Amino acid sequence: MKRKDGRKPGDLRPVEIKAGVIEQADGSAMVRMGRTIAMAAVYGPREMHPRRMQKSDRAFLKTIYRMAPFSTTDRCRPGRSRRSQEISMVTREALEPAIFLEEFPKTGIYLFIEIIQADAGTRTAGINAASVALADAGIPMRDLVTAVAAGKVDNEYFLDLEYKEEEETAADLPIAYMPRSKKVTLLQMDGDLSVKDVKAVMQMAIKGCEIMYEKQKQALRERWETRPKEAGREARPAEPAKKPAVKEAKPPPSPKGDSRGKSAKSIKTRKKE
Amino acid sequence: MSEMIKNDRDFVIPGDEIINSMNYLPGRNCFREGNSIYSKRIGLVSVRGRVISVISLSGVYAPRGGDMVIGRVKDIHSAGWVVDINSIGEAFLPLSGVREFIDTTKTDLSKFYAVGDVIYAKIGHANSHTIHLSMQDPRARKFRSGRIVEMNPAKVPRLIGKEGSMINVIKDKSGCRINVGQNGLVWFEGEKEDLVADAIRIVERDAAMDGLTNRVSSMLNGKELR
Repeated sequence: MKRKDGRKPGDLRPVEIKAGVIEQADGSAMVRMGRTIAMAAVYGPREMHPRRMQKSDRAFLKTIYRMAPFSTTDRCRPGRSRRSQEISMVTREALEPAIFLEEFPKTGIYLFIEIIQADAGTRTAGINAASVALADAGIPMRDLVTAVAAGKVDNEYFLDLEYKEEEETAADLPIAYMPRSKKVTLLQMDGDLSVKDVKAVMQMAIKGCEIMYEKQKQALRERWETRPKEAGREARPAEPAKKPAVKEAKPPPSPKGDSRGKSAKSIKTRKKE
Repeated sequence: MSEMIKNDRDFVIPGDEIINSMNYLPGRNCFREGNSIYSKRIGLVSVRGRVISVISLSGVYAPRGGDMVIGRVKDIHSAGWVVDINSIGEAFLPLSGVREFIDTTKTDLSKFYAVGDVIYAKIGHANSHTIHLSMQDPRARKFRSGRIVEMNPAKVPRLIGKEGSMINVIKDKSGCRINVGQNGLVWFEGEKEDLVADAIRIVERDAAMDGLTNRVSSMLNGKELR
Protein backbone atom coordinates (compact mmCIF):
# COMPACT_ATOMS: atom_id res chain seq x y z
CA MET A 1 0.00 0.00 0.00
CA LYS A 2 1.21 3.43 -0.81
CA ARG A 3 1.15 6.32 1.59
CA LYS A 4 -1.06 9.30 0.96
CA ASP A 5 1.82 11.61 0.22
CA GLY A 6 3.98 9.03 -1.57
CA ARG A 7 6.49 8.58 1.20
CA LYS A 8 8.17 5.27 1.92
CA PRO A 9 6.92 3.59 5.11
CA GLY A 10 10.06 4.51 7.03
CA ASP A 11 10.28 8.13 5.88
CA LEU A 12 9.75 11.17 8.02
CA ARG A 13 7.77 14.08 6.73
CA PRO A 14 9.96 16.98 5.59
CA VAL A 15 11.49 18.34 8.76
CA GLU A 16 12.59 21.89 9.39
CA ILE A 17 14.01 23.00 12.71
CA LYS A 18 15.09 26.51 13.64
CA ALA A 19 16.50 27.62 16.94
CA GLY A 20 16.18 31.09 18.41
CA VAL A 21 12.99 32.23 16.73
CA ILE A 22 11.49 34.14 19.65
CA GLU A 23 13.65 37.03 20.66
CA GLN A 24 12.33 37.77 24.13
CA ALA A 25 12.65 34.19 25.29
CA ASP A 26 15.85 32.85 26.81
CA GLY A 27 15.64 30.04 24.30
CA SER A 28 13.24 29.08 21.57
CA ALA A 29 12.73 26.83 18.59
CA MET A 30 10.36 26.12 15.75
CA VAL A 31 9.81 22.64 14.39
CA ARG A 32 7.95 21.84 11.22
CA MET A 33 7.09 18.25 10.49
CA GLY A 34 5.14 18.24 7.27
CA ARG A 35 2.14 20.42 7.95
CA THR A 36 2.54 20.33 11.71
CA ILE A 37 4.27 23.38 13.14
CA ALA A 38 5.23 23.74 16.78
CA MET A 39 6.92 26.66 18.51
CA ALA A 40 8.57 26.36 21.89
CA ALA A 41 9.85 29.10 24.19
CA VAL A 42 11.88 28.66 27.34
CA TYR A 43 12.25 31.23 30.10
CA GLY A 44 14.47 30.83 33.08
CA PRO A 45 15.61 29.28 35.31
CA ARG A 46 14.01 32.01 37.36
CA GLU A 47 12.00 32.32 40.51
CA MET A 48 9.16 29.88 40.64
CA HIS A 49 5.66 31.24 40.98
CA PRO A 50 3.43 30.19 42.60
CA ARG A 51 5.84 29.64 45.43
CA ARG A 52 4.13 26.52 46.65
CA MET A 53 5.25 24.74 43.51
CA GLN A 54 8.90 25.36 44.31
CA LYS A 55 10.92 22.25 44.96
CA SER A 56 13.62 22.65 47.57
CA ASP A 57 15.99 20.26 45.84
CA ARG A 58 15.49 20.95 42.16
CA ALA A 59 13.92 23.15 39.55
CA PHE A 60 10.38 22.72 38.42
CA LEU A 61 9.81 22.40 34.71
CA LYS A 62 6.56 24.19 34.13
CA THR A 63 5.27 23.02 30.80
CA ILE A 64 2.33 24.45 28.97
CA TYR A 65 1.24 22.91 25.71
CA ARG A 66 -1.51 24.58 23.79
CA MET A 67 -2.95 24.69 20.34
CA ALA A 68 -3.67 27.90 18.55
CA PRO A 69 -7.37 28.32 17.75
CA PHE A 70 -6.51 28.44 14.06
CA SER A 71 -4.29 25.37 14.12
CA THR A 72 -6.95 22.88 13.09
CA THR A 73 -9.57 22.77 10.35
CA ASP A 74 -12.34 23.33 12.86
CA ARG A 75 -11.62 26.12 15.27
CA CYS A 76 -9.90 24.77 18.32
CA ARG A 77 -11.32 26.31 21.46
CA PRO A 78 -8.51 28.19 23.20
CA GLY A 79 -7.61 27.61 26.80
CA ARG A 80 -6.91 24.52 28.77
CA SER A 81 -8.54 21.30 27.87
CA ARG A 82 -8.29 17.77 29.12
CA ARG A 83 -6.15 16.93 26.15
CA SER A 84 -3.76 19.86 26.46
CA GLN A 85 -3.32 19.19 30.18
CA GLU A 86 -2.41 15.61 29.47
CA ILE A 87 0.05 16.50 26.76
CA SER A 88 1.63 19.17 28.95
CA MET A 89 2.20 16.51 31.55
CA VAL A 90 3.63 13.82 29.29
CA THR A 91 5.86 16.41 27.62
CA ARG A 92 7.21 17.47 30.97
CA GLU A 93 7.85 13.90 31.97
CA ALA A 94 9.50 13.16 28.67
CA LEU A 95 11.92 16.08 29.07
CA GLU A 96 12.68 15.95 32.79
CA PRO A 97 15.07 12.98 32.65
CA ALA A 98 17.28 14.90 30.23
CA ILE A 99 17.64 18.05 32.32
CA PHE A 100 19.91 18.67 35.31
CA LEU A 101 17.05 20.06 37.34
CA GLU A 102 18.97 19.60 40.58
CA GLU A 103 21.33 22.41 39.62
CA PHE A 104 18.70 25.07 40.18
CA PRO A 105 16.81 24.33 43.37
CA LYS A 106 13.72 26.41 44.10
CA THR A 107 13.58 27.84 40.61
CA GLY A 108 11.25 27.29 37.73
CA ILE A 109 12.00 26.66 34.09
CA TYR A 110 9.06 27.84 32.05
CA LEU A 111 8.39 26.02 28.84
CA PHE A 112 5.63 27.06 26.50
CA ILE A 113 4.72 25.00 23.48
CA GLU A 114 2.34 26.47 20.99
CA ILE A 115 1.01 24.44 18.09
CA ILE A 116 0.61 26.86 15.22
CA GLN A 117 -0.61 24.29 12.75
CA ALA A 118 -1.75 20.76 13.50
CA ASP A 119 -1.64 17.79 11.19
CA ALA A 120 -1.10 14.95 13.67
CA GLY A 121 2.02 14.39 15.68
CA THR A 122 1.72 17.64 17.60
CA ARG A 123 3.06 16.21 20.82
CA THR A 124 6.13 14.82 19.10
CA ALA A 125 6.72 18.09 17.27
CA GLY A 126 6.23 19.89 20.59
CA ILE A 127 8.82 17.74 22.33
CA ASN A 128 11.32 18.17 19.50
CA ALA A 129 10.88 21.93 19.62
CA ALA A 130 11.03 22.01 23.41
CA SER A 131 14.26 20.10 23.57
CA VAL A 132 15.98 22.41 21.07
CA ALA A 133 14.60 25.43 22.92
CA LEU A 134 15.93 24.16 26.25
CA ALA A 135 19.38 23.62 24.78
CA ASP A 136 19.17 27.06 23.15
CA ALA A 137 18.36 28.56 26.54
CA GLY A 138 21.57 27.12 27.96
CA ILE A 139 19.82 24.76 30.34
CA PRO A 140 22.23 21.98 31.35
CA MET A 141 21.10 18.73 29.77
CA ARG A 142 22.28 15.16 29.61
CA ASP A 143 20.94 14.68 26.14
CA LEU A 144 18.54 16.10 23.64
CA VAL A 145 15.11 14.52 23.53
CA THR A 146 13.64 13.56 20.21
CA ALA A 147 10.18 12.32 19.48
CA VAL A 148 8.52 10.63 16.53
CA ALA A 149 5.34 8.63 16.21
CA ALA A 150 4.82 5.47 14.21
CA GLY A 151 1.78 3.34 13.60
CA LYS A 152 0.29 0.40 11.83
CA VAL A 153 -1.99 0.75 8.84
CA ASP A 154 -3.29 -2.38 7.09
CA ASN A 155 -0.47 -4.66 8.19
CA GLU A 156 2.17 -2.12 7.35
CA TYR A 157 4.21 0.01 9.69
CA PHE A 158 4.35 3.69 8.89
CA LEU A 159 6.58 6.29 10.44
CA ASP A 160 5.50 9.83 11.38
CA LEU A 161 1.83 9.66 10.46
CA GLU A 162 -0.08 12.63 9.20
CA TYR A 163 -3.69 13.23 10.12
CA LYS A 164 -5.29 11.40 7.22
CA GLU A 165 -3.18 8.35 7.87
CA GLU A 166 -3.76 8.50 11.56
CA GLU A 167 -7.47 8.18 10.99
CA GLU A 168 -6.94 4.79 9.36
CA THR A 169 -4.42 3.32 11.76
CA ALA A 170 -4.99 0.30 13.93
CA ALA A 171 -2.83 2.10 16.44
CA ASP A 172 -0.29 4.85 16.58
CA LEU A 173 2.47 5.08 19.04
CA PRO A 174 4.37 8.27 19.80
CA ILE A 175 7.67 7.86 21.57
CA ALA A 176 10.23 10.27 22.95
CA TYR A 177 13.77 9.05 22.97
CA MET A 178 17.15 10.18 24.20
CA PRO A 179 19.45 9.15 21.37
CA ARG A 180 22.75 9.24 23.19
CA SER A 181 21.73 7.28 26.26
CA LYS A 182 19.23 5.25 24.23
CA LYS A 183 16.40 5.69 26.66
CA VAL A 184 12.72 6.01 25.91
CA THR A 185 11.10 8.76 27.96
CA LEU A 186 7.63 8.76 26.49
CA LEU A 187 5.64 5.83 25.21
CA GLN A 188 1.97 6.14 24.50
CA MET A 189 -0.31 4.05 22.38
CA ASP A 190 -3.61 4.95 20.88
CA GLY A 191 -5.28 1.73 19.70
CA ASP A 192 -4.51 -1.97 19.89
CA LEU A 193 -1.33 -3.71 18.79
CA SER A 194 0.14 -7.12 19.43
CA VAL A 195 3.44 -7.37 21.26
CA LYS A 196 5.21 -8.14 18.02
CA ASP A 197 3.73 -5.06 16.36
CA VAL A 198 4.62 -2.82 19.28
CA LYS A 199 8.23 -3.93 19.07
CA ALA A 200 8.37 -3.36 15.34
CA VAL A 201 6.67 0.02 15.55
CA MET A 202 8.98 1.12 18.34
CA GLN A 203 12.02 0.09 16.35
CA MET A 204 10.77 2.17 13.49
CA ALA A 205 10.01 5.18 15.67
CA ILE A 206 13.45 5.01 17.26
CA LYS A 207 15.02 5.04 13.83
CA GLY A 208 12.99 8.14 13.10
CA CYS A 209 14.22 9.71 16.31
CA GLU A 210 17.83 9.18 15.25
CA ILE A 211 17.16 11.14 12.07
CA MET A 212 15.39 13.84 14.04
CA TYR A 213 18.37 14.05 16.40
CA GLU A 214 20.66 14.96 13.53
CA LYS A 215 18.28 17.72 12.47
CA GLN A 216 18.12 19.10 16.00
CA LYS A 217 21.88 19.15 16.32
CA GLN A 218 22.15 20.86 12.98
CA ALA A 219 19.65 23.53 14.01
CA LEU A 220 21.60 24.32 17.16
CA ARG A 221 24.83 24.39 15.23
CA GLU A 222 23.41 26.79 12.69
CA ARG A 223 22.39 29.18 15.39
CA TRP A 224 25.38 29.03 17.69
CA GLU A 225 28.44 27.74 15.93
CA THR A 226 30.73 30.61 15.19
CA ARG A 227 31.56 30.76 11.59
CA PRO A 228 35.19 31.01 10.66
CA LYS A 229 36.09 34.46 9.49
CA GLU A 230 34.74 34.56 5.99
CA ALA A 231 35.13 36.97 3.17
CA GLY A 232 31.57 38.23 3.34
CA ARG A 233 32.02 39.50 6.81
CA GLU A 234 35.17 41.39 6.17
CA ALA A 235 33.85 42.92 2.99
CA ARG A 236 30.89 44.36 4.76
CA PRO A 237 30.76 48.14 4.81
CA ALA A 238 32.58 49.51 7.79
CA GLU A 239 29.83 49.31 10.38
CA PRO A 240 26.15 50.01 10.46
CA ALA A 241 25.99 53.71 11.04
CA LYS A 242 22.52 53.37 12.41
CA LYS A 243 21.38 52.67 15.92
CA PRO A 244 21.39 49.08 17.13
CA ALA A 245 17.82 48.89 16.01
CA VAL A 246 18.84 47.29 12.71
CA LYS A 247 17.06 44.16 13.71
CA GLU A 248 15.80 43.12 10.30
CA ALA A 249 19.24 42.98 8.82
CA LYS A 250 20.52 40.42 11.25
CA PRO A 251 22.48 37.47 9.86
CA PRO A 252 20.84 34.08 10.44
CA PRO A 253 22.90 32.86 13.37
CA SER A 254 22.73 36.21 15.11
CA PRO A 255 24.12 36.17 18.59
CA LYS A 256 21.41 35.76 21.06
CA GLY A 257 21.76 39.05 22.82
CA ASP A 258 21.16 41.07 19.67
CA SER A 259 17.62 41.35 20.62
CA ARG A 260 17.81 41.58 24.26
CA GLY A 261 18.82 45.05 25.25
CA LYS A 262 16.92 47.14 22.78
CA SER A 263 15.32 49.17 25.48
CA ALA A 264 18.52 50.86 26.31
CA LYS A 265 17.05 53.22 28.83
CA SER A 266 16.06 50.86 31.57
CA ILE A 267 16.71 47.50 33.07
CA LYS A 268 14.36 45.05 31.57
CA THR A 269 13.35 43.07 34.55
CA ARG A 270 13.05 39.43 33.84
CA LYS A 271 9.83 39.23 35.76
CA LYS A 272 8.08 41.54 33.37
CA GLU A 273 5.66 39.48 31.34
CA MET B 1 47.17 8.65 23.91
CA SER B 2 44.14 10.65 24.71
CA GLU B 3 40.93 9.81 22.96
CA MET B 4 39.74 13.32 22.31
CA ILE B 5 36.53 13.22 20.33
CA LYS B 6 36.17 16.98 20.48
CA ASN B 7 39.21 19.21 20.67
CA ASP B 8 39.93 22.43 22.49
CA ARG B 9 37.71 25.29 21.20
CA ASP B 10 35.35 22.87 19.41
CA PHE B 11 31.65 23.63 19.42
CA VAL B 12 29.50 21.23 21.43
CA ILE B 13 25.84 20.84 22.24
CA PRO B 14 24.27 19.08 25.24
CA GLY B 15 25.07 15.36 25.23
CA ASP B 16 28.08 15.63 22.92
CA GLU B 17 30.87 13.30 23.93
CA ILE B 18 34.08 15.23 24.46
CA ILE B 19 36.50 12.52 25.52
CA ASN B 20 36.47 8.83 26.32
CA SER B 21 39.08 8.54 29.02
CA MET B 22 39.37 8.27 32.77
CA ASN B 23 42.54 10.36 32.71
CA TYR B 24 40.54 13.58 32.55
CA LEU B 25 38.12 15.25 34.92
CA PRO B 26 34.81 16.90 34.09
CA GLY B 27 34.85 20.63 34.89
CA ARG B 28 32.21 23.31 34.47
CA ASN B 29 29.23 22.43 32.28
CA CYS B 30 30.42 18.85 31.84
CA PHE B 31 29.49 15.53 33.32
CA ARG B 32 30.82 12.02 33.34
CA GLU B 33 28.88 8.96 32.37
CA GLY B 34 30.74 5.69 32.19
CA ASN B 35 34.22 6.38 30.89
CA SER B 36 33.25 9.43 28.89
CA ILE B 37 32.87 13.11 29.56
CA TYR B 38 29.95 14.87 27.94
CA SER B 39 28.88 18.47 27.56
CA LYS B 40 25.88 19.76 29.45
CA ARG B 41 25.41 22.89 27.42
CA ILE B 42 25.93 24.66 24.15
CA GLY B 43 29.42 26.02 24.22
CA LEU B 44 33.08 25.67 23.39
CA VAL B 45 35.33 22.97 24.79
CA SER B 46 38.15 24.13 27.00
CA VAL B 47 40.95 21.80 28.03
CA ARG B 48 43.10 22.99 30.91
CA GLY B 49 45.52 20.29 31.95
CA ARG B 50 43.42 17.35 32.94
CA VAL B 51 40.22 19.30 33.37
CA ILE B 52 37.70 19.41 30.57
CA SER B 53 35.13 22.16 30.73
CA VAL B 54 32.72 23.90 28.42
CA ILE B 55 32.50 27.66 28.05
CA SER B 56 28.83 28.36 27.79
CA LEU B 57 27.51 30.51 24.95
CA SER B 58 24.01 31.08 26.26
CA GLY B 59 21.98 30.98 29.38
CA VAL B 60 20.98 32.97 32.38
CA TYR B 61 23.73 34.53 34.48
CA ALA B 62 25.00 32.14 37.16
CA PRO B 63 26.20 34.18 40.13
CA ARG B 64 29.75 33.72 41.40
CA GLY B 65 31.32 35.20 44.48
CA GLY B 66 33.31 38.36 43.79
CA ASP B 67 31.50 39.31 40.59
CA MET B 68 30.28 42.89 40.22
CA VAL B 69 26.66 43.05 39.12
CA ILE B 70 24.04 45.65 38.43
CA GLY B 71 20.70 45.17 40.10
CA ARG B 72 17.51 46.92 40.94
CA VAL B 73 16.11 47.07 44.45
CA LYS B 74 12.83 45.19 44.52
CA ASP B 75 11.86 45.17 48.16
CA ILE B 76 13.02 46.31 51.58
CA HIS B 77 13.08 43.94 54.53
CA SER B 78 13.93 44.64 58.15
CA ALA B 79 17.45 43.36 57.67
CA GLY B 80 18.27 44.45 54.15
CA TRP B 81 17.21 44.79 50.56
CA VAL B 82 15.97 42.34 47.98
CA VAL B 83 17.66 43.01 44.65
CA ASP B 84 16.78 41.75 41.20
CA ILE B 85 20.06 40.94 39.47
CA ASN B 86 18.75 39.31 36.33
CA SER B 87 19.74 35.86 37.49
CA ILE B 88 18.17 32.60 38.55
CA GLY B 89 16.84 34.07 41.78
CA GLU B 90 16.70 37.33 43.60
CA ALA B 91 19.69 38.51 45.59
CA PHE B 92 19.77 39.86 49.11
CA LEU B 93 21.80 42.81 50.29
CA PRO B 94 22.00 42.50 54.07
CA LEU B 95 22.67 45.45 56.37
CA SER B 96 26.08 43.96 57.03
CA GLY B 97 26.87 44.44 53.38
CA VAL B 98 26.59 48.21 53.64
CA ARG B 99 29.68 50.19 54.49
CA GLU B 100 28.35 52.06 57.50
CA PHE B 101 26.53 51.05 60.63
CA ILE B 102 22.75 51.42 60.40
CA ASP B 103 20.53 51.53 63.44
CA THR B 104 17.31 50.05 62.11
CA THR B 105 15.28 51.45 65.01
CA LYS B 106 16.08 55.00 63.96
CA THR B 107 16.70 54.81 60.24
CA ASP B 108 14.40 54.32 57.32
CA LEU B 109 16.20 51.85 55.09
CA SER B 110 14.79 53.47 51.98
CA LYS B 111 17.04 56.47 52.72
CA PHE B 112 19.91 54.25 51.63
CA TYR B 113 18.34 52.30 48.82
CA ALA B 114 14.72 52.75 47.91
CA VAL B 115 12.64 50.38 45.85
CA GLY B 116 13.55 50.95 42.22
CA ASP B 117 17.07 52.18 42.86
CA VAL B 118 19.73 50.66 40.66
CA ILE B 119 22.94 49.65 42.35
CA TYR B 120 26.36 48.31 41.39
CA ALA B 121 27.20 45.65 43.94
CA LYS B 122 29.57 42.83 44.58
CA ILE B 123 28.37 39.28 45.02
CA GLY B 124 29.43 38.29 48.51
CA HIS B 125 28.70 34.63 48.41
CA ALA B 126 26.42 32.64 46.23
CA ASN B 127 25.22 29.10 46.36
CA SER B 128 22.25 27.44 44.81
CA HIS B 129 19.90 28.71 47.50
CA THR B 130 20.97 32.25 48.30
CA ILE B 131 22.80 35.08 46.63
CA HIS B 132 24.22 37.66 49.02
CA LEU B 133 25.37 41.07 47.83
CA SER B 134 27.78 43.47 49.40
CA MET B 135 28.52 47.15 48.90
CA GLN B 136 31.87 46.81 50.62
CA ASP B 137 33.91 47.36 47.52
CA PRO B 138 35.38 50.59 46.20
CA ARG B 139 33.48 50.14 42.93
CA ALA B 140 30.09 49.53 44.52
CA ARG B 141 27.64 52.43 44.40
CA LYS B 142 24.18 53.58 43.54
CA PHE B 143 23.46 54.88 40.06
CA ARG B 144 21.69 58.20 39.95
CA SER B 145 21.76 58.88 36.22
CA GLY B 146 23.07 57.38 33.00
CA ARG B 147 21.94 54.53 30.82
CA ILE B 148 21.84 50.78 31.13
CA VAL B 149 21.80 48.22 28.35
CA GLU B 150 21.36 44.51 28.60
CA MET B 151 23.54 42.00 26.81
CA ASN B 152 24.13 38.26 26.78
CA PRO B 153 25.99 37.51 30.04
CA ALA B 154 28.12 34.93 28.22
CA LYS B 155 29.59 37.71 26.08
CA VAL B 156 30.58 39.98 28.97
CA PRO B 157 34.19 38.70 29.13
CA ARG B 158 34.58 39.75 25.48
CA LEU B 159 33.33 43.24 26.27
CA ILE B 160 35.94 43.56 28.97
CA GLY B 161 38.69 41.98 26.88
CA LYS B 162 42.08 40.71 27.97
CA GLU B 163 42.96 42.69 31.09
CA GLY B 164 40.30 45.21 30.22
CA SER B 165 41.68 46.03 26.78
CA MET B 166 38.32 46.25 25.06
CA ILE B 167 36.48 48.20 27.71
CA ASN B 168 39.39 50.62 28.06
CA VAL B 169 39.30 51.35 24.34
CA ILE B 170 35.60 52.11 24.56
CA LYS B 171 36.09 54.25 27.65
CA ASP B 172 38.95 56.21 26.07
CA LYS B 173 37.32 56.83 22.72
CA SER B 174 33.88 57.71 24.01
CA GLY B 175 34.90 59.51 27.14
CA CYS B 176 32.04 57.83 28.95
CA ARG B 177 32.13 56.33 32.37
CA ILE B 178 31.23 52.66 32.10
CA ASN B 179 30.44 50.01 34.70
CA VAL B 180 30.07 46.47 33.48
CA GLY B 181 27.96 44.04 35.47
CA GLN B 182 28.89 40.40 35.06
CA ASN B 183 25.18 39.67 34.89
CA GLY B 184 24.96 41.22 31.44
CA LEU B 185 23.90 44.73 32.38
CA VAL B 186 26.16 47.60 31.44
CA TRP B 187 25.83 51.11 32.83
CA PHE B 188 27.38 54.11 31.15
CA GLU B 189 27.17 57.87 31.30
CA GLY B 190 28.75 60.63 29.29
CA GLU B 191 28.31 62.77 26.22
CA LYS B 192 28.66 59.97 23.68
CA GLU B 193 26.39 57.37 25.17
CA ASP B 194 25.11 56.29 21.77
CA LEU B 195 28.62 55.36 20.73
CA VAL B 196 28.98 53.10 23.73
CA ALA B 197 25.63 51.46 23.06
CA ASP B 198 26.67 50.79 19.46
CA ALA B 199 30.01 49.41 20.54
CA ILE B 200 28.37 47.03 22.99
CA ARG B 201 26.04 45.76 20.28
CA ILE B 202 28.96 45.15 17.94
CA VAL B 203 30.95 43.31 20.60
CA GLU B 204 27.94 41.18 21.38
CA ARG B 205 27.17 40.36 17.78
CA ASP B 206 30.72 39.70 16.63
CA ALA B 207 32.05 38.27 19.88
CA ALA B 208 33.61 35.32 18.09
CA MET B 209 35.63 37.35 15.62
CA ASP B 210 39.31 38.06 15.72
CA GLY B 211 40.65 41.59 15.89
CA LEU B 212 37.47 42.88 17.45
CA THR B 213 39.20 45.44 19.61
CA ASN B 214 40.73 47.08 16.55
CA ARG B 215 37.43 47.08 14.73
CA VAL B 216 35.59 48.63 17.63
CA SER B 217 38.37 51.14 18.00
CA SER B 218 38.18 52.19 14.34
CA MET B 219 34.41 52.32 14.51
CA LEU B 220 34.61 54.68 17.45
CA ASN B 221 37.24 56.75 15.66
CA GLY B 222 35.13 57.02 12.53
CA LYS B 223 32.23 58.30 14.48
CA GLU B 224 34.35 60.78 16.28
CA LEU B 225 35.44 62.46 13.09
CA ARG B 226 31.94 62.91 11.85
